[in-house]
Amino acid sequence: MKAFRSLAIAAVALTTLLAGCERPPVDMVQRGFRGTGMAQVYNPRTVDAQLAMHQAPEAIPPAEPGGPPGSAVFKNVQVLGDLSVAEFTRTMVAMTAWVSPKEGCAYCHAGADFASDDKYAKVVARRMLQMTKHLNTDWKDHVAETGVTCYTCHRGQPVPAKIWFKDPGPKTAAGPAGTRAGQNAPATSVALSSLPFDPFTPFLQEENSIRVAGTTALPEGNRQSTKQTEWTYGLMMHFSDSLGVNCTYCHNSRAFSDWNQSPPQRATAWHGIRMVRDLNNAYLEPLGPTYPKERLGTTGDAPKANCSTCHQGAYKPLYGAAMAKDYPALHGAAPAKVAEKK
Amino acid sequence: MPEYQNIFTRVQVRAPAHPGVPLGRSTWVRQGDPFFVHLFGRFGDAQVGPFYLGWLGLASLLCGFIAIEIIGLNMWASVNWDPVQFVRQLPWLALEPPPPAYGLRLPPLNEGGWWLMAGFFLTCSILLWWLRMYRRARVLGMGTHVAWAFAAAIWLYLVLGFIRPVMMGSWGEAVPFGIFPHLDWTAAFSLRYGNLFYNPFHMLSIAFLYGSTLLFAMHGATILAVTRLGGEREIEQITDRGTASERAALFWRWTMGFNATMESIHRWAWWFAVLCPLTGGIGILLTGTAVDNWFLWAVKHGVAPPLPQVFPAVPDPAQLTMGVTQ
Repeated sequence: MKAFRSLAIAAVALTTLLAGCERPPVDMVQRGFRGTGMAQVYNPRTVDAQLAMHQAPEAIPPAEPGGPPGSAVFKNVQVLGDLSVAEFTRTMVAMTAWVSPKEGCAYCHAGADFASDDKYAKVVARRMLQMTKHLNTDWKDHVAETGVTCYTCHRGQPVPAKIWFKDPGPKTAAGPAGTRAGQNAPATSVALSSLPFDPFTPFLQEENSIRVAGTTALPEGNRQSTKQTEWTYGLMMHFSDSLGVNCTYCHNSRAFSDWNQSPPQRATAWHGIRMVRDLNNAYLEPLGPTYPKERLGTTGDAPKANCSTCHQGAYKPLYGAAMAKDYPALHGAAPAKVAEKK
Repeated sequence: MPEYQNIFTRVQVRAPAHPGVPLGRSTWVRQGDPFFVHLFGRFGDAQVGPFYLGWLGLASLLCGFIAIEIIGLNMWASVNWDPVQFVRQLPWLALEPPPPAYGLRLPPLNEGGWWLMAGFFLTCSILLWWLRMYRRARVLGMGTHVAWAFAAAIWLYLVLGFIRPVMMGSWGEAVPFGIFPHLDWTAAFSLRYGNLFYNPFHMLSIAFLYGSTLLFAMHGATILAVTRLGGEREIEQITDRGTASERAALFWRWTMGFNATMESIHRWAWWFAVLCPLTGGIGILLTGTAVDNWFLWAVKHGVAPPLPQVFPAVPDPAQLTMGVTQ
């Protein structure tokens, strides 16, 4: 009886201890040279559960070629004027399915006057179209020929699930004690580590140096501190969490900073950082005055993008489904200037 | 047979409470009437007390209390004095050292000043406790091995929190007080200085750490294995033939051709344990001060072997596009 009680206590204690762990087995995929720990770890149950989430919707049947350009028929067409009426309509139908399937056209368009810019959502959508064109045309270093569509981020929701705002952190006591120093909170932005919880502002909006590791064997003036490394580390936790990969997806296991031994994905990620920075500064943050208050962050900043905005846990958004190729509206140079709503 | 396979205390030997040997000349006396706790007897001696506190012990506890208060209250303030959140977030909470910008200057209280103060009192507490251990050992006529083993740990603590930050010219290089934060700091430290696993003193430290556990397991198992023959009563057995002690020695001579003695096994254990933080501390001390990137250092000295190129060559895009390392 006594032994049974001890066993029961031990079993409960062990279960409690392991309650936060994923259950084995997990799948390991070797990527680098044997014995170097260059492996990707996947939990097949998690992958199964997320499979449906990463499926691209079917493409809408192509529009009949020919016909007059949309700008000749519709009013106030500033970005998609070159498209034929049929292709223009098709693009609008696709956008509705990707962004506001429940709310329909009325999410952006005010009443019967489809040309009206009265709804802020329409002004934002226009800017988003320009952003998508810019991204698919000028950031092939990151998105290659796959490109992105509205669906890559929106996934059927008017506001993408994974956006970020400047994070001043949890409330601390007034007075001369208890600073968080920008870290040490269980933050999902850094996968629940105690690392700095807003690595986005310094790295994905501002251009602070991400590289911290020494580049010479002996000290020759690298003044990067361990604390700075924690910020870089926080950003990298976000990478790992957003793509559902280990560090070794981009880095080699023995010298994280060494490009010569790194998997090629690291260069793609490098361009990704610059891409997101460009989008945040040129497109997303400037939309701040356009948004109503409830769309802004606690510090009044506009919603911005990071890795998870598109990736949402997959190594490639939608597992690399090439959706954008079916929609000519999302490619090519965007008209440089459009009327600003103010 | 399983009757003899003891891995925990089966029988508690209870003698009348023993106050200990006379103290000699001392302003303090041992306090409290000794009493017995059955549960303690499961792990060690069931007798608790009498205690010897002394000036050093009192001062050490006081300093330790102040340090823990500073750390704990700062953590509590960081959750806006919410007791529930304090408990829930405790593993994440920390008292951080000053930002690197302050160098070795005195920062404002809420930007590392508290950290300096907590560190000061914690260090005082530890050093006073060390003195107390040393003095108690002397008074009992013992060697001071325990104090010196503790000093090895204090060395590593001082290197991490004081000596290295001073050499680097920045309190910000020191370790935060916090459960997860000090672990994340450790990983960040290794990332900054090019992978600590290529630090030979880190390697030595790991070897002594794992070596210690191996020796501990071998010695503990050997003694437990001969307790049915009275093997735990070492002294009276050491010189006698046919005893548990001789069987223990023979066991190892038969299985690996060599055996430690009842005395030397403890020397092994002491040195392995002491060398773990000693070498570790040297490794930390050299990091950033003498070596900036341990991987590159290891390549330079032929420690890290070249590996076959598995991936297509990836040039650093920063070098390609703008020629700067940004």
